[in-house]
Amino acid sequence: MTAEVRAKPPGATVRWPRWRARGEADFPVVAAICCALLAVAALFGPLLAPYAKDAVDLSASLSPPFWQAGGSTKHLLGTDQLGRDILSRLIAGARVSLATATAAVAISGLFGVIAGLVAGYIGGVLEAVVMRLVDAFLSLPFILLALALVATLGSGFGNIILVMVIANWARYARLVRSEVIGIKQRDYVTLARIAGVGPIRIMLRHVLPNALNSVVVLAILDVGRAIILESSLSFLGVGIQPPDVSWGLMLADGRTFLGFAWWLTTLPGLAIVIAVLCFNSLGRWLRIRLDPRGQL
Amino acid sequence: MASYLLRRIGETLVTLLLVTLLVFCLTRLTGDPTTLLLGPEASEEARDYFRHHNNLDRSLVVQYVTYLEHAVAGDFGTSFRLNEPAIKVVFEALGPTLKLAGLGMLLSILIGMPLGIWAAASRSPVIKRIVNWYASLGEALPPFWSGLTLVMLFALWLPIFPTSGYGALQYYALPALTLAISTSASIAGLAAANVAEALKSDFIHLERVLGLSQRQILLKHALRNAALPIVTYIGLQFGLILGGAVVTERVFAWPGIGQRVVDAILERDYPVVQTVVLVTALLFMLINLLVDILYMVLDPRLRA
Repeated sequence: MTAEVRAKPPGATVRWPRWRARGEADFPVVAAICCALLAVAALFGPLLAPYAKDAVDLSASLSPPFWQAGGSTKHLLGTDQLGRDILSRLIAGARVSLATATAAVAISGLFGVIAGLVAGYIGGVLEAVVMRLVDAFLSLPFILLALALVATLGSGFGNIILVMVIANWARYARLVRSEVIGIKQRDYVTLARIAGVGPIRIMLRHVLPNALNSVVVLAILDVGRAIILESSLSFLGVGIQPPDVSWGLMLADGRTFLGFAWWLTTLPGLAIVIAVLCFNSLGRWLRIRLDPRGQL
Repeated sequence: MASYLLRRIGETLVTLLLVTLLVFCLTRLTGDPTTLLLGPEASEEARDYFRHHNNLDRSLVVQYVTYLEHAVAGDFGTSFRLNEPAIKVVFEALGPTLKLAGLGMLLSILIGMPLGIWAAASRSPVIKRIVNWYASLGEALPPFWSGLTLVMLFALWLPIFPTSGYGALQYYALPALTLAISTSASIAGLAAANVAEALKSDFIHLERVLGLSQRQILLKHALRNAALPIVTYIGLQFGLILGGAVVTERVFAWPGIGQRVVDAILERDYPVVQTVVLVTALLFMLINLLVDILYMVLDPRLRA
């Protein structure tokens, strides 16, 4: 790490975990299958779920999962206090969590890439302004910023995605800008400029494609983070609102029954953890494949 | 070095100014809090008085400039709800949060560092795998879920610790552990990667040849090299750790800024929201400045 510390300002270098133990760079099969299953659940949820997400059955309220005494195979993963089927609600929650997370990541990536590309390529005052703005956004505590925004704008899908974009774009801008600064000094960019290619065309055709690998890696790793953020907001009561279902909301609802209905909080929590783990291990694999120099 | 520090301080000040602007815009997005605070049946005179008293009848630019002037003088407005200076309300809540975050951080270092060093120094791929898994799992665990699960296991099923509340040391156990689970995982992963990297370097080989024991090498040199990135990590991730503390506070009814800000947001208590976000952002920037200085202390090469 010596050389890197010298080259960059102090405090800038962190070596993120990336050991290549045996099998480390193998394709994460289990994670990929899990992600595919989640995607299927998100896309075709209502067709797959045994019950509607808000079908109330008070006679079967708070029944445990089927393997526990008192549970039945009618409700494989048990029911909540209103007798709503947990499995069906988890499937419905998958759609909400994945849709908000991927939309938020895609939009913040788009904005961040544009800001970082323009700032890094053009430089000068514009770059200074954009980077100070990036610093300002990154020094606001993420959850506090999100909380304040949702509370002022109101909750609902659109606003939650907007909040995640506002809280997230700056990291993409910072990453893309640092890549662009390196790329724009390469010979082929200089040659293109000498040949009279316009700045927009150079940015899109020559600079952006070379910066895209690290953006893709950051985006995949961000899906997991976005899932956690959305569920945190929903857990705090300012995210997804009933009658919509989200894993974080299910957890918050189940809190009251923590002592005697473990499945109400444990199962949605497991869903979050599994989803995040799978996206993260896909992201890590991609990082090793696409970013061998280790800039991320 | 002095010029570098001056530049960093200058940058920090500009960023701080932008943060105040951001926070100011943020809290004015919904417009007028008068109706919400005085109720729909308040008289028109009472509304006008409230608006005038709180400067809400002036243009946004004027409001922002007055806000800045007062902020520089240490006056962050008065909490609409509690009728106390906002800065006092925030500082009262900051104590419990910093205690919790600090203890959580300490616990994370105590768990994470040894795990990481162990993984890096061990020849067994199984141990590397286990620590690797711990690092991935910790990143994926949302703090509210690990918190609730800890309450379920160690407060309800095995009644060892209180479920929630603030007070004596036993109240700290579960919240601090909740924070430590996530953060120690990242620290373990970082420490493992960096110590492993350091162990490969020439000077370590030389020391082996010179006959230093594995323990001496690890403690004196590998650890020192691994400390730098971890210090940076703590600085960079302070916002995240604080965010984790906010959610953890909701789980354990901890009377810190997390609780305070959620309440303030729901009551549209602008001065308190502004002050909380501003104070935490300032804290974050100061910590990063400190990290940079610490870097120079820890790494003699940067002092030139």
